[in-house]
Amino acid sequence: MNEVTVFIMGKGYRVPAGLTIMKAMEYAGYRLTRGCGCRGGYCGACATVYRLKGDYKLYGDLACQTTVQDGMYIAQLPFTPAERPAYRLEELQARGETLLALFPELARCVACNTCTKACPQKLEVMDAVQAALRGDIPGVADLTFDCVSCGLCTMRCPAEISHHHVWQLARRLNGAYLTPRAPHVAQRVEEVRAGKFKGELDRLVAMPKEGLVAAYKARDIEP
Amino acid sequence: MASELRLSRAGLEAPFARRVEELSGENPYACYQCGKCSAGCPFADHMDALPNQVLRLVQLGDESALSLSAPWVCASCHACGVRCPKGVDIARTMEALRVLALRKGITPAPVRPDRPYPQIALIGAYRKLTP
Amino acid sequence: MKTIAYFPGCALKDQARADETGTLGALARLGYEIREIPRWNCCGTVFSLVQDDLMRHVGPVRNLLRVQAMEEEKVLTLCAMCYGTLARSAHFVEDPERLRRINAFLDPDAYQGGVEVIHLLTLLRDEVGYERLAAETRRPLNGLRVAPYYGCVLLRPRPFAVDDPDSPAAMERVVEALGGTAVPFPERTECCGTHLTVTRKDVVEERVGRILRSARGGGADALVVTCPLCHFNLEERRPAGTPDLPVLYLGQLLAWAMGEDDPGVASLVGRAAVSSEAVR
Ligand code: SF4
Ligand code: SF4
Ligand code: FES
Repeated sequence: MNEVTVFIMGKGYRVPAGLTIMKAMEYAGYRLTRGCGCRGGYCGACATVYRLKGDYKLYGDLACQTTVQDGMYIAQLPFTPAERPAYRLEELQARGETLLALFPELARCVACNTCTKACPQKLEVMDAVQAALRGDIPGVADLTFDCVSCGLCTMRCPAEISHHHVWQLARRLNGAYLTPRAPHVAQRVEEVRAGKFKGELDRLVAMPKEGLVAAYKARDIEP
Repeated sequence: MASELRLSRAGLEAPFARRVEELSGENPYACYQCGKCSAGCPFADHMDALPNQVLRLVQLGDESALSLSAPWVCASCHACGVRCPKGVDIARTMEALRVLALRKGITPAPVRPDRPYPQIALIGAYRKLTP
Repeated sequence: MKTIAYFPGCALKDQARADETGTLGALARLGYEIREIPRWNCCGTVFSLVQDDLMRHVGPVRNLLRVQAMEEEKVLTLCAMCYGTLARSAHFVEDPERLRRINAFLDPDAYQGGVEVIHLLTLLRDEVGYERLAAETRRPLNGLRVAPYYGCVLLRPRPFAVDDPDSPAAMERVVEALGGTAVPFPERTECCGTHLTVTRKDVVEERVGRILRSARGGGADALVVTCPLCHFNLEERRPAGTPDLPVLYLGQLLAWAMGEDDPGVASLVGRAAVSSEAVR
């Protein structure tokens, strides 16, 4: 078997080449109760930092998405302590100053770009911080749409900003107040209220199990 | 501030004075205590030691300069520096003291904005007053 | 049309947006094609005064690098604090060793040095010129009595002073060129307290009280500033009993005189016209 050596928390293991960091850890005998979720690159639970032999750079990546390399030094980051002040979205205004009022430490950014280099999703993290700093809520929402809240940027930032919480607030404000409403959704909600689908739903609720299964199998499947 | 002045070679060669000089790029020993800086400083009324007195403490190698409030009240407006007949930019000395204090863990009251501030104010406050 | 790279800074993109629109509109009328730096980042607002704090210069130098990528030689700022940090960082990295170390951070690009940083005030004085400014004025300020307030960053420290730190005249000349009456006053070069506004309100209030009383004492109807933070402090930190003096941004006067909309100036100039007629 083609194997590589990796160092997990400082201890060396021989693991099959081609495994993800997550699988390699499990192969080495770790049982992951934290730092592991979707295994598909979506949940951001598996933030991991590593270095490669002969390379000064500190890499950050998702353990479930990154293949092991020979001589990798690995440590998991199952949780990022980060500050998120309590707020009620209904009481906030979608104005530039809202982000800065809740996260004033945004003003500590020194534009070093370390966050961008740390992001496994390859987002322009510093640009998003800069947009937040100047109150551009849709800009932040846009730049951070693919953030998985892994917290790697937050751990690396010399300004001690809690990035992913800022992103979440910006996206919430953007979604709640700044994105144009979809009129057809409102229309459908009205139709539901008016009982347009009631008859059909009642019929399904009253149906015996066999009938339901048959109906499910015979459903139209979108191509 | 010390009420009694003790002059000694050790004080004059104190690593503290050298460190302040290194960080600020300004020679504290150039100052001959004329006080023009303090006369022109728009913030002197709010300081516990006048700019020339701060410089004096540095000359004497007296680290109590790090616990003064004066450097935290200094707004880096450089009114002192443009007036100094000896060309000392005291604002830089003040910054060196702030930076040394912050690096040693001596901080002024934490920056806790009480309302939304323009970015420009917050950025300045965090940069000057937090480690 | 003459192109010029432009660094807006946070204030002009947020609370002072109206100032930006008006000023850039006026500059367009004066023949400038403004090219905003793509993906600019915060200038840092206050310049780091110690020798070893290279990290604080990475941000400003990154902006200069972007100006270099635009193949422009100069960059215009509308805010005095942006001018201060960018101009001083540009100077700081004239030292090749410092530049080398900062460039290591900007990897894979590298700033070569040499970008010149200018402020609206120096653009008006050195490039447009007072005469042309007067000739292009469509709506003179009607003798409005304006007190130019310089504050600190445009005048100090000396190597970065845009004018004589002790007796500056550029803003007075601009005001006169636009048809106003410049009212110099003793406190015009004294600092407003800048960022102390967050932690030491008391100190800033004392400063602001003095500045406004000094300007009113000279008979001013309005104060004109070059910096959004001065603007904020002079409006929001007035102690009780301070003269009720309107504060305007330099670009607002320019915008109005060049024919752009500016409700703030419009109402004042209206009043000035009435009072100057009364004087006649
Ligand atoms: S922005 Fe930060 S928290 Fe979001 S994915 Fe990138 S590194 Fe992770
Ligand atoms: S790591 Fe922090 S300080 Fe550096 S650019 Fe990102 S947010 Fe700014
Ligand atoms: S486990 Fe969810 S992103 Fe890796």
